[in-house]
Amino acid sequence: MHDDKESVDHKAALEAGRDTLKNERPSSNRHSIVALALLAIISLIAFAAAVSVGSVSISIAELWAVICGSGEDLHRDLIISLRTPRALAAFSTGGLLALAGALMQVLLRNPLADPYVLGLSGGAAVGALGAMLAGAGMAVVSGSAFGGALLSTFLVFGLAHGAGGWSPTRLLLTGIVVAAGWGAVITFMLTMSPADSLPGMLYWLMGDLSYARTPYVAWAVLVPAVLLTLPMGRSLNVLARGPLQAAALGVAVRPLEWSVYILASLLTAVAVTTAGSVGFVGLIVPHMLRLVLGNDQRIILPASVLAGGALLTFADTLARTVMAPEQLPVGVITALLGVPTFLFLLHRSR
Amino acid sequence: MKTASDLARKTKQSSTQPSVRLQAQELVVDIPGRASGRPFNACIEPGQRWGVLGPNGAGKTSLLHTLAGLRPPRSGQVLLDGKPLAQLSRRDIARHVAVIFQERQDGFPATVFETALIGRHPFLSLWQRESAQDILLAQNALDAMSLTPLQDRLVTTLSGGERQRVAIATALAQSPSVWLADEPTNHLDLHHQVAVMKLLAEQANHGASVFMCLHDLNLAARWCDHLLLLYPDGELCFGPAEKMLVPEALERLYGQKLAVTEINGKPVFVPI
Repeated sequence: MHDDKESVDHKAALEAGRDTLKNERPSSNRHSIVALALLAIISLIAFAAAVSVGSVSISIAELWAVICGSGEDLHRDLIISLRTPRALAAFSTGGLLALAGALMQVLLRNPLADPYVLGLSGGAAVGALGAMLAGAGMAVVSGSAFGGALLSTFLVFGLAHGAGGWSPTRLLLTGIVVAAGWGAVITFMLTMSPADSLPGMLYWLMGDLSYARTPYVAWAVLVPAVLLTLPMGRSLNVLARGPLQAAALGVAVRPLEWSVYILASLLTAVAVTTAGSVGFVGLIVPHMLRLVLGNDQRIILPASVLAGGALLTFADTLARTVMAPEQLPVGVITALLGVPTFLFLLHRSR
Repeated sequence: MKTASDLARKTKQSSTQPSVRLQAQELVVDIPGRASGRPFNACIEPGQRWGVLGPNGAGKTSLLHTLAGLRPPRSGQVLLDGKPLAQLSRRDIARHVAVIFQERQDGFPATVFETALIGRHPFLSLWQRESAQDILLAQNALDAMSLTPLQDRLVTTLSGGERQRVAIATALAQSPSVWLADEPTNHLDLHHQVAVMKLLAEQANHGASVFMCLHDLNLAARWCDHLLLLYPDGELCFGPAEKMLVPEALERLYGQKLAVTEINGKPVFVPI
């Protein structure tokens, strides 16, 4: 009787094993690699578009000539000193925001979590506008924005961390209320400020890459962050099942939650400092990817970086060309592109 | 073909884990606002099947979570293979102990297969991906719970009973030597209730120990060899099942009159 059972088990295992080898699971692995490769190609296209489109348009042949070291001086100047830094800034900001959003969403187990929704961008904006009002230079404005974002993060997560840890609902509600508070402070500052400084401030509030000349800080944070989150992916998959289940499956929940929280705050602060408060990237990019790719954080996190970067690079190219010579704040474009796409995908999925 | 049989053999090896014992030493569960009851001193030996009985709110779940190390005790300690849980990492514990919870969260739903596969998490290092063997263990676990046809569905689209079976399959993929199951038959139809009890009994036969909270006296009477009665005031008593199944004690436990009959030599309780 017992032996019979054993041989049945064995047969079932064989059967299952054969299925595996034939088609089933490795394909999901391949699927994710294809998805990441596709996103990388889209990113390259976005980058190529960003450096060739503008007041002086550069053809692919001319672009290739510049890459090879020849080509016209004007083109080289445009590409190397103007468009490339801006495209790099756009890409890194988008990647940072999307990664921060994806991390916060897993941390709070809520797809609505996002640096913008949680009031972090608001804190950064208050910091930046305060510095602008005081007549400070760009470096101080950046530093002040960074401080504001971090302050806001600690405020939101600190207030929401009652006895017994973060409850996702309380955290989200705290974030929304704090964001509303920052909103009021921002309106107050705008009312108080002299009329001639208003346009600059408004641009900053909607997110604007035209002042972003130094993308290197953003890249120096983005690249290690991606490398750091890659091995965290499977643990985050487990964390998404709730802290108790995660602990039962061997995850050290508290250390993981704290590292995700600190990392997400840092990413947001750097992104906001680079480009102002660009909304919707952190909310929409991970969500759209989840609808298409499923919920494996090992794919979603790197895919978010690529998709977020490509999206913001495209959006910024549009922002500076669609009404040229006028430049739009890039946040307007991300909102106008993102909101309908998001609503459509949400409506279509079940 | 050859690879498949190799895999199958490997699976057999890894699913026979060394047996470990879970021991409660002077354990008092910490339930806020409740006086400390009598400390719990017991050893759950490999091969034993313990059932915890008690009315709602008696602290069955808290006891189970404390034994899993998910909740610090008010006093005393839990030993896994002689070592206090507090000194072990979550990962070390998870390599031996599986917990089946009553409640589940899925803010970001995964497929049935992915959910079962996550049971292999404690055995994989940071950079490792699931091997063919892990995949095989997960598939076998789904097969044992007759979930293979549902394996690509999102867990959120399943019924309550199907999700309960996914949770059990996840624990099975973890190939634990200690099962801590909080009402494993929740939401299950009669056939699957028996199937799960059979599965746990089989695990115990292979050297695992099983500790489960149950609401169904008759399942407890049929499938457990040890019973622990947990009273709402924190008092507890335990012992071999046949000694614990005294109608008077059970009536006092639930505050409910019971009628007893016997089927196939096992007592059957009916509330009246």
